[in-house]
Amino acid sequence: MIFSPLPPFSGKPVPRKEGLAKVSGQARYIDDLSFPGIIHGTTVRSHIPRGIIRSISFGEGIPWEEFAIVTAKDIPGQNAIALILNDQPCLAETLINHAEEPVVLLAHHDRYLLEVARRSVSIEVDPLPPVLGIDESLSRKEIVWGDDNLLKVCELNKGNVDEIWSQADFIVEGEYETGAQEQLYIEPNGMVATVDDNHGITVWGSMQCPYYVQKALMALFDLSAERVRVIQAETGGGFGGKEEYPSMIAAHAALLSWKSRKPVKLIYDRAEDLVATTKRHPSRTRHRTAVRKDGKLLAMDIDFVIDGGAYATLSSVVLSRGTIHAAGPYACPNVRIRSRAVATNTPPHGAFRGFGAPQSIFALERHLNRVAAAVGLTPEELRRRNFLEQGMTTATGQVIRDKIDLRGLLDYALQQSGYHEKKRSFSQHNRTSTLKKGIGFAAFMHGAGFTGAGEKQLASVVGVEAMANGRIRILSASTEIGQGTNTIFAQMAADALSISLDCVEVAQPDTGTVPNSGPTVASRTCMIVGKLVESAALSLKQTLVGSGLLRAGYSSQDFCEACAEYVRRWGPLKSMVQYQQPPEIYWDEVAFQGDAYRTYTWAVYVAEVSVDLTTFEAQVDDFVAVQDVGQVIHPVMAAGQIQGGVAQGIGFALYEKVVWNDGRMLNHQMTNYIIPTAADVPPIRVFFVGGSDARGPKGLGELPMDGPAPAIVNAIEDAIGVSINHVPLMPEDLMKMVGAG
Amino acid sequence: MSTDMPLVNVPKVRVTLTVNGERQSVLVHPMARLLDVLRQELELTGTKEGCGEGECGACSVFLNGDLVNSCLVPVLQVDGAELVTIEGISRDKRWQGLQQSFVQHGGAQCGICTPGMILAAVNLLQRIPNPLEADIRQSLAGNLCRCTGYVKILDAVAQAGRDMTDES
Repeated sequence: MIFSPLPPFSGKPVPRKEGLAKVSGQARYIDDLSFPGIIHGTTVRSHIPRGIIRSISFGEGIPWEEFAIVTAKDIPGQNAIALILNDQPCLAETLINHAEEPVVLLAHHDRYLLEVARRSVSIEVDPLPPVLGIDESLSRKEIVWGDDNLLKVCELNKGNVDEIWSQADFIVEGEYETGAQEQLYIEPNGMVATVDDNHGITVWGSMQCPYYVQKALMALFDLSAERVRVIQAETGGGFGGKEEYPSMIAAHAALLSWKSRKPVKLIYDRAEDLVATTKRHPSRTRHRTAVRKDGKLLAMDIDFVIDGGAYATLSSVVLSRGTIHAAGPYACPNVRIRSRAVATNTPPHGAFRGFGAPQSIFALERHLNRVAAAVGLTPEELRRRNFLEQGMTTATGQVIRDKIDLRGLLDYALQQSGYHEKKRSFSQHNRTSTLKKGIGFAAFMHGAGFTGAGEKQLASVVGVEAMANGRIRILSASTEIGQGTNTIFAQMAADALSISLDCVEVAQPDTGTVPNSGPTVASRTCMIVGKLVESAALSLKQTLVGSGLLRAGYSSQDFCEACAEYVRRWGPLKSMVQYQQPPEIYWDEVAFQGDAYRTYTWAVYVAEVSVDLTTFEAQVDDFVAVQDVGQVIHPVMAAGQIQGGVAQGIGFALYEKVVWNDGRMLNHQMTNYIIPTAADVPPIRVFFVGGSDARGPKGLGELPMDGPAPAIVNAIEDAIGVSINHVPLMPEDLMKMVGAG
Repeated sequence: MSTDMPLVNVPKVRVTLTVNGERQSVLVHPMARLLDVLRQELELTGTKEGCGEGECGACSVFLNGDLVNSCLVPVLQVDGAELVTIEGISRDKRWQGLQQSFVQHGGAQCGICTPGMILAAVNLLQRIPNPLEADIRQSLAGNLCRCTGYVKILDAVAQAGRDMTDES
């Protein structure tokens, strides 16, 4: 039987709420839903990275009168996917800015005929020279966005770096690059839309953020919130990939349904999902670091650039997170970080676990190994001499209020991984073997929740409702996408009320029934929304106590009876609470100064690798992940989040290369875009430390994405003695580097 | 949808299959994939599509006892065949422990790969009742998971193997 623990439930591995439905194949994802009279939709795209649409023609031999056909002219409201700047069209009308720009939508009940029809639509485009890559965009030979190709610029200053260079014993420079990465949730994106005159538009789909989709549809159709209902179906992974692009797919499905007056299902196949949807922003980071001969960092001057693709979408916020994380968990008195998100003619890059931080942290944690080498210290000693401590300030001038012990984390990680012994034995081993072994680590932090004033602006709302059957139901827009939302919310509510887990239900996110708890992103679900769940639950209890139906010392059964009785006597009972920003938090969005995040998680990850100098394959043999994430609500799910993130980080470092050709992803198949399999991943040993004295849970979902790539590349450098400055690091890269060295 | 130009306006064909012990007769497009017939005609939606090209294993089913990717099987080739899907496995008491082990060990996160993973694990445990970690890694390497980093899936299968061996 499945383990069924006693209260309190927090800290225990209670069974996943929807676990049995998932293991038995009963869980219903978007493509599993069926509606009477449903027809299928498809998207006709440009295939040219930049140009002007001259004409659209529909080929012969297709019964076009049977099809629903939608172009930009059919859009009732604003032709944009509303997000931050609303610069991305829902359907291109004149200008083509990337090769997967949607232009025409088609729907038909016969999926085979629909595919033939899609190929029979020709879009004639007068091509313009595309801007591909960061350097081309910065050169401004062609302007493809705004006046200067700059989607967003940030500058952060602490102290004054320019006064320091002359005092430095060493100045170390370096340049680092990271590639695009696909989220590769195993369930491709998809939506179903229905339109009817009484209710307006209803959309079901695979998504992280129902209220983002609602906002986009309201602007697109010029409808009020009451006329647009968005319901999350069971969602087969997201990792950021279902943060903003689902609004596009929902918009397309809804337009086809609007036109045809039939339910429309629009499911991407893998190839379309890979070419058209968002990926991690490629990046380039330049470091110039002043350091004293004792290893003390004096000044860090960092230039960070990310490729945002054709439209602004989320690039401004990805850039700000990447910028704030670029100086890492180190106390340096003088820091300047200048960063830019640039426009190019590739499909927009977007949210992906880590959200800019994995890029800038890769650069820093590679660079600090070079700084250590320049000074003549070990990588661990250099970091030990510069770690942030309680009371010190970060690059944004944020005072660290939490009790943190980064030296302790480092020592523990090095001890668990056998770092020092392995370093010695590998150097012995490598003298006689062509299988070179190495070990390396990275130290890092991740800001939990939205950046800066984000949480205050979101002002998230959560409800808890008493039901006639005596149970309570949590009303939140936070989606379960595999990370355990349903289960941890139930644990937190049950513990807040001292009731049994069985008494707690979690509503499926549906804008018709749940309030806007903000998007399911930024490692905010447990820390921000979970705390609101607790507050709403406690407020519901107060009402029950105030009504006289619930008395101190109640049992779980008494509580349920009180709920049922309340509803029977007086009708529905809901308690709603809204996020209030703690008063001590201050953030200056212009100067990038202040409390960038309410709190941070801290980690040291150690990777052990082997590099085969015959095949030039690199393999991760062991991985130790030590972190302080505050209170752990569900130890098994929390460890599972870390392990899954580490595996994605291994992919980011060694396997996952997006091959671009003229602004299009060439390897748009699982056959040639390679993610780690069960045979590739090492044991991933997870340790949570220092959480006992924390003030509750912090976010942990994104943290594990930040550390693996630099830890692995540091280990590869240890193995083969070649300095490597980019990921993904493919065997052909290693072959060239070792050959050149 | 496949990348080759599909046939249109072609007459449907009748195919007879035994699925999870029940005889089924369906009228389908001659190029239909077994995956689509299971999901659309027979409404057995526990079998998932992740890639459509036999890489991810989400569409795994047993075909005459062999584990196959149903996205790569033209339904015409399996007329008269015997199939078992995740729905059939879920009704089979022998595998309840395996499914519960997935829940207990955190082997299912988003769940989309899980039916395929369970079928691959069944395939392994039928051959090797108490497998070593290397056996499990090898046997599940054709099923991609993006959530777990596989560690907890390996734990779940190993525990299920131990439990089944203890019981027998």
